Amino acid sequence: MKSLGKFLIFAGQLFVRRESFKTYVSLVIDECIKVGYNSLFIVTIVSVFMGAVVTVQTAYNLVSPFIPDYVISLVVRDMTVLELSPTIIAIVYAGKVGSNIAGELGTMRITEQIDALEVMGINSTSYLVLPKIIASVLMYPMLVVMSGFLCIYGGYLTSIATGIISGHDYIYGIRYEFIEFNITFALIKAFVFALLVASISAYKGYFTTGGALEVGKSSTAAVTNSCIAILLADYLLAQLLLG
Amino acid sequence: MIEIQDIKKSFNDKEVLKGVSATFEDGKCNLIIGSSGTGKSVLLKNIVGLIQPDSGKILYDNRDFTSGDKKDQSEIRREIGMLFQGSALFDSKTVEQNIMFPLDVLTDMSKEEKIERVNFCLDRVGMANVNNKMPAEISGGMKKRVGIARAIVNKPNYLFCDEPNSGLDPQTSMVIDELIKEITDEYGITTVVVTHDMNSVIEIGQKVIFLYKGLKLWEGSNKDITHSGVKELDDFVFANRMMKEFR
Repeated sequence: MKSLGKFLIFAGQLFVRRESFKTYVSLVIDECIKVGYNSLFIVTIVSVFMGAVVTVQTAYNLVSPFIPDYVISLVVRDMTVLELSPTIIAIVYAGKVGSNIAGELGTMRITEQIDALEVMGINSTSYLVLPKIIASVLMYPMLVVMSGFLCIYGGYLTSIATGIISGHDYIYGIRYEFIEFNITFALIKAFVFALLVASISAYKGYFTTGGALEVGKSSTAAVTNSCIAILLADYLLAQLLLG
Repeated sequence: MIEIQDIKKSFNDKEVLKGVSATFEDGKCNLIIGSSGTGKSVLLKNIVGLIQPDSGKILYDNRDFTSGDKKDQSEIRREIGMLFQGSALFDSKTVEQNIMFPLDVLTDMSKEEKIERVNFCLDRVGMANVNNKMPAEISGGMKKRVGIARAIVNKPNYLFCDEPNSGLDPQTSMVIDELIKEITDEYGITTVVVTHDMNSVIEIGQKVIFLYKGLKLWEGSNKDITHSGVKELDDFVFANRMMKEFR
């Protein structure tokens, strides 16, 4: 409860004594590059291979002659949109971006850089953390959309390369009984997960005390707590919006 | 002038400051001295608002810094420059960007004006032509100078230095001390320096406050420090063999 209260006070500090809008624009752009652009490589690799593996494994399990081939790609599509791209990529995102945020803020804390901001009369919480959160909620949904495409495309490439199903059947399955709300649901999840990863990691980093060892611990705690929060939020959102 | 009245601060059950009162005068180098763990840095952090005191008042030219009004605090803080123990330069910014930072965030100056001011400050601390170096590329002494340049760039009324000589060789320490003294005299600002370096006390201690176990035991100038009559201060001042022989 004490930690929750501290977290809420920390969140409240984001919106008081802010600097000029112009200052935040450049900070948000910088952060977008760090959290979004710099995550492209890992998201691409994970997504393509995830799609490939899911396609092979789904085909392996659907061996009945009564089940048409296009069901494989239908399953790949729904798994990708509903779970794999928003959630699994969020775990990867927490590992990369979350640990980076916590490490950066933790190092700034122990080297008195945050104190330097405070002494200058700058609200360090708002100045350092708000741009990271804004950048995260802007960029992560984009990463999820990209991941979804790549995951499905990875499955397509695997289908073609291995001959599990034909390209025509794969495309047919992808388009078969498509529910548009699933995309909305994926984007809602992406928004919530991005908010959770950025805010939890920033909180862990911002309140680091001690030295280099504690910065490492903060980074680890940021990733662990973000992953737990993602899984809890995943269940709650599924229950609320699909249940 | 900065006035602190009966400042008390505890961490859990440990009482670090047990009611410290003092006045830091304009245009002087005011030194807070004492052994490690006596509460010097905690007192300094209370004065600049990084820690809230449990009780007591801090007045900046009769403006109450402990009233709890964040807006008032923010305004006073914009008149403060501070040199941190580890310099606290922003790793991701160049020397020029570090010094320009307070101007970027706190002023409406044009780019040309800001560059001119940054170059003036760098020149003032003897660090011309290092604008594009990163903090990791310069030495500890250079970092301190850049830290001073950043502290004075926004023309502060109050300058605080936390252990400005820590980690520096005696010669560089003297250069930093002289720089702090010159800047104080030149701009007539109120400078407060936390140190346990006796060389600094002798060189720049126009007003010295001695802390011992969270209490102010003595106050005076560097000229009087060798005959204060306070045993704890004598033990601190004459700690090394050379000073003992001098005594």
